[in-house]
Amino acid sequence: MTNDLAFAGQRQGLMLMAFRVGAQEFCIDIMTVRELRGWTPATAIPHAPAFVSGVINLRGAVLPIVDLARRLGLAESAPSARHVVIVAQIGSQTIGLLVDAVSDILTVDETLIQATPDVAVSEQIRMFVEGLLPVEGRMISLLNLDRVLPSNIPEAA
Amino acid sequence: MDPMAAIRETFFVECEEQLGELERGLVALENGTAEADTINAVFRAVHSIKGGGGIFALEDLVRFAHVFETSLDGLRSGTIEVDSAATAIMLRAADVLADLVRAARDGSGHDHGRVASASAELAALTGAATAQAPAPVDDLDDIVFERVQLDTTPTPAPATPAPLPEARRTWVIRFTPRAEMYAHANEPGLILRELARLGTIDVRLDADALPALDALDPEGAYFSWTIHIETECDRAQIRQAFEWVEDHCALDIDEATDPSAPPATDTDEGLRALLARISQEAAEAPAAAPPAGAPIPAPPALPSASASPVAVTDKRAEQATTIRVDLQRIDRLANLVGELVINEAMLTQHLTAAGLARAAGLANTMESLSQLTREIQHSVMAIRAQPVRSVFQRMPRLVREVAAMTGKTVRLICEGEETEIDKTVIERLSDPLTHMIRNAIDHGLETAQTRIEHGKPAEGTVRLSAIHRSGKIVIEVSDDGAGLDRARIRAKAVEKGLIAADAPLTDDETDNLIFMPGFSTAATLSDISGRGVGLDVVKQSIHSLGGRISIASQPGRGSTFTLSLPLTLAVLDGMVVSVAGHVLVVPLGPIVETLRPAPGQTHRLGAQSRVMALRGGYIPIVDTGVLLGFRGQDETPEQVVALLVEGENGDRIILEVDELQGQRQIVIKSLEANYGAVDGISAATVMGDGRVALIVDVDALIAASRAEIPAAGRSPTPRHEPETLLTR
Repeated sequence: MTNDLAFAGQRQGLMLMAFRVGAQEFCIDIMTVRELRGWTPATAIPHAPAFVSGVINLRGAVLPIVDLARRLGLAESAPSARHVVIVAQIGSQTIGLLVDAVSDILTVDETLIQATPDVAVSEQIRMFVEGLLPVEGRMISLLNLDRVLPSNIPEAA
Repeated sequence: MDPMAAIRETFFVECEEQLGELERGLVALENGTAEADTINAVFRAVHSIKGGGGIFALEDLVRFAHVFETSLDGLRSGTIEVDSAATAIMLRAADVLADLVRAARDGSGHDHGRVASASAELAALTGAATAQAPAPVDDLDDIVFERVQLDTTPTPAPATPAPLPEARRTWVIRFTPRAEMYAHANEPGLILRELARLGTIDVRLDADALPALDALDPEGAYFSWTIHIETECDRAQIRQAFEWVEDHCALDIDEATDPSAPPATDTDEGLRALLARISQEAAEAPAAAPPAGAPIPAPPALPSASASPVAVTDKRAEQATTIRVDLQRIDRLANLVGELVINEAMLTQHLTAAGLARAAGLANTMESLSQLTREIQHSVMAIRAQPVRSVFQRMPRLVREVAAMTGKTVRLICEGEETEIDKTVIERLSDPLTHMIRNAIDHGLETAQTRIEHGKPAEGTVRLSAIHRSGKIVIEVSDDGAGLDRARIRAKAVEKGLIAADAPLTDDETDNLIFMPGFSTAATLSDISGRGVGLDVVKQSIHSLGGRISIASQPGRGSTFTLSLPLTLAVLDGMVVSVAGHVLVVPLGPIVETLRPAPGQTHRLGAQSRVMALRGGYIPIVDTGVLLGFRGQDETPEQVVALLVEGENGDRIILEVDELQGQRQIVIKSLEANYGAVDGISAATVMGDGRVALIVDVDALIAASRAEIPAAGRSPTPRHEPETLLTR
């Protein structure tokens, strides 16, 4: 992390957790992250969209797992014990995000976030990528998880 | 939530408890099963509600509670006789009080007429009908102040030891209540009596401020008192007697300048003589107005005598062996214990896999660990369990109301009120029970006339009982009425097209027709049990609790509804099955039987549908795996197990699964909290290996099978019966 960024972070920081999905790097607001877990086989849910791997047991609560690679329309991955589940709180729901690996914890200045360029990207990318962050020559996409579970699945009562 | 709202909420929770206590006590008085303390308990209940109501300025409630309390006091002191007329009035008053409490809680209106008539009844009982009514102006001449006895003698023995004369001091207290004090239902009489407990007191009333009657504000405050008290207590202890009213009165407490001087004895004796004369006159000619200048008793809002506040406090301390806990905390605890059980099972599994299960010491430790976890699990379930009393105690009122509406005399007998069941189940029992009791009185019991003609007592009996039986709670609602009219039920069912005209039905089967949707024998929908809602709704709500309902009836002798319910909603008896490599749980409730179909037992019907010949009929077959999208239409394996299931509405289908893994009691987990509703799945659970398994929603599957498979016709001749594996 550059000195500039570190300094910026102290002034008005946005803490992010960065992770890898396939060959690309993404990040989310660290405040939504509850915990990290290793991948365990999930129980399939009937009629679920393909990106929902199923549900796992999180200390007695039923946690749906979203395969981010599929959700973002990237090449699908065969999950293994080396994959990581990021347990995130989105609204009133807790869900698990299946990613390849967690790569970094960043503190950045919000002004460093750049708008997604107007190129021909997939619908999923346009839906979830809120902005781009240049970090040490890497490009990290900032994700907005509000709609990671489709709207046709009702919110918890 | 701001603190006041929280206190208010607590107040209403406590009100409900007090109302329950009140009703229980009154019913005991009515039945003659009252104990020595029952009247006191009843009085305390109303008194506490009144006191709390005063704090929240719930005027209607306080006013009514006050009238009620006065009558109860008469009951307690023996001036009112405990007979059925009195208890009936009291019970009605208790209902009105309950309405007022609820109206205050919900901010809704209440029936003023009912409150007024109940007040009048109580007042008539007390013999003080005019005590509350503001006097019309033109009747001024007829107004007579009721003489109110202010008993200031300390009732219980003073807690303080015999006072030492040298420690005694004389204090002069000037006490001038403001109108708010009365508005908050405080009574100077009680305070004076409290003071009297502290030592020797001499009380003088100053009524100079009292205006002429036509200028008098009935809610105003015009009196002040000067109290000389000789006591060893200090200023703070005296002040304590005024603790509740300090903000609503002017209060001066001074040490008398000359303690040895007796407080103005002359005046005192003159006053006593006057009082004696007045009471004599009043006794001789009750209608005569007291002479002007005579001490006028405290405002009419005062009751005669009242409970000693100290006694009430003591009782409270004694009962404070319970605590209120947020239900969510208990749920969380139950959840964690469920996890503990799963982890323990996993540990055992791993130890066995590692070949250590038999290792010295380890086996014993594991054994005691598993015993401990199970004990913890039971304890947590016991915390959630509550006596069914809370729902049973609402029923006497219902019975009174329905009896009044139908003009029948009904006695309700409750049994097994202490039987405990999960709180969530209790909450959802109220509606079905209400419905069944209404039904029992309205349709079950005959009119008094008919009953006498049949040689039965004029008073009908409805019995409500609860009992634990083999891990379930069984609740029965029975009446000693006419029983079900089977011929009429049958005719009705045929008329509504629910059964074929020539259908051979046993008596039991006929009786149970009344639970079918669209069935209602009452010729006219009455206001009481009709409401266009049939017993099918009761059956559905019992089913949704995982329970079963049935009816047994004897012509001329009465009917009995029997509900059998699980002790908790958090746990379910389920059949663990596997389908296309997925583990599922089918609730045991709807499973009628489990079969392994012999080859040739199933028949194709059209392109996709299949049916199974079963005891002369054809039941549609559904592959659970296909229905849930786990496999394609043609991937059903050769060897399957068939589950004959029956839905809430009586529809039967066969669910095909690959394998049975056995019955198990499972802990229900919400799937909707973090994900959403899934078609055909009701909830999830965690299995012994820590993985999640989904619980099948049988009714949704039946509905889905209807949607996908068009209505089935008849297929070729039935062959021999399939082998039955399990019949429930």
